Amino acid sequence: MKDINQAIIPERDKDKTPAIECIGLGIDFGGLTAVDNFNFTLGRTEIAGLIGPNGAGKTTVFNLLTKVYQPTRGKMLLLGKDTKDLTIAQANRAGIARTFQNIRLFKDLSVMDNVLIGLHNEIRYSLAEAIIRLPSFWRAEKVARERALDLLSIFDMADMAEKQAGSLPYGAQRRLEIVRALATNPTLLLLDEPAAGMNPSETGELMENIRKIRDMFQISILLIEHDMNLVMGICEGIAVLNYGRIIAKGTPDEIKSDPNVIEAYLGKKGNANA
Amino acid sequence: MSVFSTIVSQIFNGLQSGSVYALVALGYSMVYGIIMLLNFAHGDIIMVGAYIVWILMSFLALPPAIGAVAAVAGCTLLGVAIEKVAYAPLRKSPRLSLLITAIGVSFFLENAAQLVMGAGSKPMPTIIKGTNIEIGSAHISFVSVVTIIVSVITMLLLTLLVQKTKMGKAMRAVSEDMDSARLMGININRTISFTFAVGSALAGIAAVLYSCAYPQASPTMGSMLGLKAFVAAVLGGIGSIPGAMIGGFAIGLLEALVSAAGLSVWKDGVVFGILIIVLIVKPTGIMGRKMNEKV
Repeated sequence: MKDINQAIIPERDKDKTPAIECIGLGIDFGGLTAVDNFNFTLGRTEIAGLIGPNGAGKTTVFNLLTKVYQPTRGKMLLLGKDTKDLTIAQANRAGIARTFQNIRLFKDLSVMDNVLIGLHNEIRYSLAEAIIRLPSFWRAEKVARERALDLLSIFDMADMAEKQAGSLPYGAQRRLEIVRALATNPTLLLLDEPAAGMNPSETGELMENIRKIRDMFQISILLIEHDMNLVMGICEGIAVLNYGRIIAKGTPDEIKSDPNVIEAYLGKKGNANA
Repeated sequence: MSVFSTIVSQIFNGLQSGSVYALVALGYSMVYGIIMLLNFAHGDIIMVGAYIVWILMSFLALPPAIGAVAAVAGCTLLGVAIEKVAYAPLRKSPRLSLLITAIGVSFFLENAAQLVMGAGSKPMPTIIKGTNIEIGSAHISFVSVVTIIVSVITMLLLTLLVQKTKMGKAMRAVSEDMDSARLMGININRTISFTFAVGSALAGIAAVLYSCAYPQASPTMGSMLGLKAFVAAVLGGIGSIPGAMIGGFAIGLLEALVSAAGLSVWKDGVVFGILIIVLIVKPTGIMGRKMNEKV
C-alpha cells in the first residue's frame, strides 16, 4: 500500500506543474474538524475520484477548492500558485470550475444564456461599445455565441440552445451544468456526483464524455461519485475520505483491495459476530 | 370640451405620468431583483436630479441639454455611491437592516437637501419647448409626447442591455442565484454597482421628465413619486423588468382616469388601494416570478 501523504499522479503528467496541490489542508467549523490534513496532488491531465461514505467531507473539500470556504490550516496551490487571497470569483477565473450535487442552473434563462454566463470573462468589450453598438461589440457577441454552440455540440445539445434551462430533461440539465463550467475555461473541473440519478446507459455515456472533455481540453477532472462503476472505470487515481481524513490513495485496483477502505464502507471484519 | 377630447387628453396625461412611474419603478425592481432590497432612497435620487437641473439652468443659466445630461450623470454617481457607502457593508446582514438603512438614506437625502437648498420649492425653468399637438379637438402637450417617446426608447435600450449584453446576463445570473454566479467567475460587487448605476440613471431621466411636467423642485418631492413607483413595481411584479413597465403605465393611466371622472382628490387613495389589493390577492404581481422554496 502507498503512503497516503504521498502524491500520486500519472506518468505523463510527472514533468508538468500539478493542476492542484493541497498541503495539509484543513477546516474547522466551530469545534468540529470537518477536513483535516488533506494532502492531495492532481496531475495536469488526470481524471481522479474522491470517494467516501456520506458525511466524510467530500463536498467540504470541493468548497475548499472553490474558495467557498477558507481553510483553517494548510495551503492550496493552483498551477503552483498559492490561492490564499483569492475570492470565489477570482478562483474561477484562475481556473477552477465546478458542477453541483443538486443542479444549480440559471433555470429561468435559456440554455444559450447559461453558457454565455460561463463565458462572461471570455467576452471582451467595454460598456460604451455595447451602448453605442460598435462593430467590436457585435463581433465579441458573435464569437461568444459560436463558442457556446461549439461547447454545446460536444454534448449534442446545440439544438436546445434557445430552450429554457429549467425545462430540459434531468440528464440534459446535468450535461448543461458541465458545459457551463467548461465555458469558464478551467484548468481543473470539479464534478459533484455527475452520475446521480442516471441509469446505467446514461452513466456509460457520461463516462465517455468525461474522457472526451479531458482529451479535448487537456484539463484535470476531479469527481465525487457514489457510482463505483464510473469511479473505477475512468479514474486514474482515487482518494478515499472518511471522517474528514484521507484513509487511502491509489489506483482503482489498489483501492478495491485496501482493507481500510473496505472497513470504512462495510464495517470492521468480524463485527457481525462480535 | 367634448367627451372625446377629455378622454384623449387624459389618456396622454396618464401615459406621461405612467412613463415617469415606469422609469422609477424599473430602478426599484432591478435593485430588488438583485439584492432583495426595497431601496426607499430611490425616490430621493429623483429629487437630487431635479435640483441638479435647477442649479445648472436657473443658477448657472446653462442650456437645458447640459442640465439634463448632468442630472442623469449626477443621479448615476449618487446611486452607485449610496450602494458603496450604505448597502455594500451590509451584504451579509439580514434584509431588515438593509431596509432600515435605505429609509435612513432617504431621510438623509431629504434633510440634506433642505439644509443646502432650503425648505421652500424652487421654480423650474422650461426644459422642453414646443407647440402642442392637436388630435381632433383634443390638445396634447408637446412635453407629454416627448416624455412618452423618451421613456419608450429608454425602456427598449434597457431591454436590449439586459437581454443581449454580458453585463445584462450577469445581472440576471446574480439575481437568480448569487452563489452560482460567483462560482462562474462573475464579479458580484461590480454587477451590483452596475445595477444601481443603471437604475439611478433611469431615475435621472425620470427626474428631468418629471421636472418638465411639474416645474418645481422641493426636498420631499421624491417621496410621493417614489412611493407610487413602488406601488407600480409591486403591481407589475417586483423584480420583473417588463412588470415594472406595465405597472408604471397602469398606475399612470389609472390616476388619469380617476381624475377624468372628477375624483382627483381620490387619486392617491386609489393608488395605495391598488397596493393593498395586489398584496392580498396576488403578492407576486402581474409578471412576478413564483417564490422559489429554498431547500
